[in-house]
Amino acid sequence: MNHHQESVYLRGHIIDSLVLAKVLDLILMMGGTFDLEDVHIGKTREEASHARIRIGTVSRTLLDDILKAIQPHGASIEREANCRIDRAPTDGVLPDDFYATTHLPTQIRLNGRWLDIDRIEMDLAILVDEQGSAAQAIPMGEVRRGNRIVVGREGVRIIPLQRPQERDVFGFMESQVSAERPHGHIIADIATRMRQLRERHRQKQADSQVLLAGGPAIIHAGGREALTWLIEQGFIHILFCGNALAAHDMEADLFGTSLGYGLTAGRAVPHGHEHHLRTINRIRSVGSIEAAVTSGMIRQGIMAACIRQGVPVVMSGTIRDDGPLPGVITDSVLAQRAMRALIPGVGLALLVASTLHSVATGNLLPATVPTVCVDVNPSVPTKLADRGSFQAVGLVMDAASFLSELARVLGRTT
Amino acid sequence: MSRILVCPPDFFGIEYEINPWMRLTNHVDHGRAVRQWHELIRVLEQDLGVILERMTPVPGLPDLVFTANAGIVVGRTAVVSRFRYPERQREEVHFENWFRRHGYEVMTVEAGIHFEGAGDLLGFPEYWFGGYRQRSDIGVFPILSERFHREIIPLELVDSRFYHLDTCFCPLSGGELLYFPAAFDSYGRTAIAERVPDKLRLTVPIDEALKFACNAVCVGKHVVLPAGCPATQDWLRIRGYETHPVQLDEFMRSGGSAKCLTLTLD
Repeated sequence: MNHHQESVYLRGHIIDSLVLAKVLDLILMMGGTFDLEDVHIGKTREEASHARIRIGTVSRTLLDDILKAIQPHGASIEREANCRIDRAPTDGVLPDDFYATTHLPTQIRLNGRWLDIDRIEMDLAILVDEQGSAAQAIPMGEVRRGNRIVVGREGVRIIPLQRPQERDVFGFMESQVSAERPHGHIIADIATRMRQLRERHRQKQADSQVLLAGGPAIIHAGGREALTWLIEQGFIHILFCGNALAAHDMEADLFGTSLGYGLTAGRAVPHGHEHHLRTINRIRSVGSIEAAVTSGMIRQGIMAACIRQGVPVVMSGTIRDDGPLPGVITDSVLAQRAMRALIPGVGLALLVASTLHSVATGNLLPATVPTVCVDVNPSVPTKLADRGSFQAVGLVMDAASFLSELARVLGRTT
Repeated sequence: MSRILVCPPDFFGIEYEINPWMRLTNHVDHGRAVRQWHELIRVLEQDLGVILERMTPVPGLPDLVFTANAGIVVGRTAVVSRFRYPERQREEVHFENWFRRHGYEVMTVEAGIHFEGAGDLLGFPEYWFGGYRQRSDIGVFPILSERFHREIIPLELVDSRFYHLDTCFCPLSGGELLYFPAAFDSYGRTAIAERVPDKLRLTVPIDEALKFACNAVCVGKHVVLPAGCPATQDWLRIRGYETHPVQLDEFMRSGGSAKCLTLTLD
């Protein structure tokens, strides 16, 4: 990622003289990258052309070297303004003209220097600390009166994503959604990433966690065993779900059904529709899922695997939940906060079979996190892309097939 | 009738080193330099019929003789040079005063931008070329281009022996060009080739380039050039030019020849 950037401006008869070509060649030859912005080519011979070039490098020293090398050819550094800051008028209210974030890496210019925004996420504001030495994205609801918030657009810049070096499906960074595309190579690429991330996670490296956000269709469709295996093998490190996924997972353990359907027999069992309620009731009676697992009440399955592996689970409630299970966060703002707290450190996100949790998680993820959205319904990955998570790779397939195939590629034998 | 600004070499000599040709140990035969300069003047006045304007020489300014670096003149506007080296910056006020006294509207470029006049800005009526990197800054050309409504194609000078554009590049009145390609990088050579067709370009051989064959003065179909450049002369004659070789080797000790000693006024 090229975190060191500077924009330069070049004007004059830079096209026919090949001065523009020379400057761009110099940038590349020295190991930098460039984006051409605002190129204007003179319409007549007399009219000059101009170009704004954004240069990116991996180090400040290289950036300085490049700037030094291209300045004799007329490239002048743009004098950029500092960002403007205003104080929040009251708790939970941003200044009128607040800057609304994207989920792309973002920097603000403070005292003539560019500063990275911590924990970038779409649709938030930017909070600057009192010393002006750090800045982070902040949700509207968490703003306190008097907080220093970036306003306007001056002195704020978004850094476009660089194409990753890996030549895998994530390298394209575009959410083409099609049921017709072959899935095999996409799943193979995801598996390769997961193997690498598990290794990095074991070495406690940064950004090595795999997050799975899933819906209950994982259980209904028969993906429970595969997901359990993935968690037990250390491939999944964070789980986001709702009341239903947890309830049906444990229903399957207690009654062998999912929403009343026998998972092996494949048909409705008498009074099966009550099973999830009875499951929730039993867990409520022991106080927590953890207690249910450690006491031996719940022996197998996704929740049991999470407890045993120490995988944190955020369960977010919805308006139609039964129960809910102990641990389900019913205040959606608190749920969002709990999910947000686990995002730093995520290196891959799998959003499987849940419109609600996929979109909610997509909103929290920086664009730099490779993301896969799996759903039988093409509208889910499409919706995710439409809401801005353009980096998500859409996979139109059934959750159980996806998880089973993924687990198989990762070494599960059935 | 062409008018050209010159400055008698009363105080010409080598008093500092600001280009690879200059050596303080190189003794200039002053009497010989003066005779060579008068021969140049004779050719210009008598053979070419040029009207000469003479500046008053100033003691302590040995390079004032190189009037090509006074600035550029376009119509009644003169853009006064801003020299890179302090040694020559002291000439600026004298050139500026001369232009003012002779009724020119004087334009100066902003401080911090170097520009060494007609030494680095040459061309054809339609468009000009600007030499940069050694003496002039590329940043001056967009300013001049806007002011005079001319396209100016910047060319980087990559060999310090050819430190001004007029030492390696000489556009002629018929659209031809004398030049020494190795003084430019590949971008510059390509840009030149894009503008001047093959058959109109003469690549000056290196031995003549080092005698500053390109530092020639073209007036109509006459070309005044340093003596000792037979290949360049032959080519010029084939192209229909009358050539006037003048021995100017005393000035070469300072890194200048015929063109450096003149500034075309109109």
